[in-house]
Amino acid sequence: MSAAEARLKALMLSALAGDAAAYRALLTALSPHLRAYYARRMGQSADAEDLVQETLIAIHARRATYDTAQPFTAWLHAIARYKLIDHYRRSKLRRTLPLEEADSVFAEEEAESCDAARDVEKLLAALPESRRRLVRHVKIEGLSTAEAAERTGMSESAVKVGVHRALKTLSAMIGREP
Amino acid sequence: MKTDALIEQLAERAEPVAPGAMLRTLAIGLGGGAIVSALLMQEWLGVRHHMLAVFATPIFWAKFFYTLLFALVALAALERLARPGAKATARLAAMTLPFVVMALLAAWSWRFTPASDQYIMLFGSSYDLCPYHVVVLALPIFIGVFWALRKLAPTRPVLAGATGGLVAGALGAFIYAFHCPEPGMPFLAIWYTLGIILVGAFGAVLGRFSLRW
Repeated sequence: MSAAEARLKALMLSALAGDAAAYRALLTALSPHLRAYYARRMGQSADAEDLVQETLIAIHARRATYDTAQPFTAWLHAIARYKLIDHYRRSKLRRTLPLEEADSVFAEEEAESCDAARDVEKLLAALPESRRRLVRHVKIEGLSTAEAAERTGMSESAVKVGVHRALKTLSAMIGREP
Repeated sequence: MKTDALIEQLAERAEPVAPGAMLRTLAIGLGGGAIVSALLMQEWLGVRHHMLAVFATPIFWAKFFYTLLFALVALAALERLARPGAKATARLAAMTLPFVVMALLAAWSWRFTPASDQYIMLFGSSYDLCPYHVVVLALPIFIGVFWALRKLAPTRPVLAGATGGLVAGALGAFIYAFHCPEPGMPFLAIWYTLGIILVGAFGAVLGRFSLRW
């Protein structure tokens, strides 16, 4: 059993016994986990934050379904996953795909996005350190040119040029026009 | 709303949850439905006369235990399906057991059935009514099960709905057994099972649409 599992489960058991402080601590500890979970799968967006809140509400409303003899994280993960699938179904797959099938579609998608992340890392490793940091700031973390300039201590135009050249190098590596 | 504010609101509502709260919800749904169904059966079809004599017949106990075991095994699977992240595979597989045993019993009794009795053992006098009676008697229980499931958290709604339907169907058949005069094991294995499975199919359809949370 992992340390997180032991800590979260202890908080959950106290919360179920009516301990408001433990319950607050639990929900507070869970939200960054959930935020990361949804951001990994759908990017940082208002939708992702909505899902974090929906999941917290579901945890609250359905907490009687947690079997205290079972791992807490398995229960939590199943709820987070259900809310994600439900979200996809409501937005894109509505009326075309039953929930059970969406589940398997999603499993493949998850594997794919992992592959994509690995490929990006491999490509980035070929860039010089300073350029790599620029691409990470601007293209992956989504900072503006000004924020990246501030973060790296470079001028804004230097950031722009650096990112542009880095992307050119990368596209040459995969044989595509930028 | 900010997530932090939401957490504050939820934390203020940290009422204790009794350890058996979920089982109690299921018990209320099932129990309430079963009482209504038993009353309906008494008003509509009526319990058989001479129950004491009926208790002496093996076929009554076959109906009694087949439907009751079916209901219990399906309920055990439903309890898992209503909890996120709980494994239900073994319990779902166990749901075939009562039927397999019943089918073996029916096949065994068929070997000793003289040709002149075969029709009555297979079709009785009510094969066209039996599944219909089972479905109608299962209805109040079906409503009770879905009332409970909507308060719980099934992550596979079609499967949970089907299993809930099978629980309701088997309990409806259990109640029907106190009316049904048919003497045949093959009759029981076929027509009771058909009624139960019909209710399970309704459950699958309704589950897909109504068990979202």
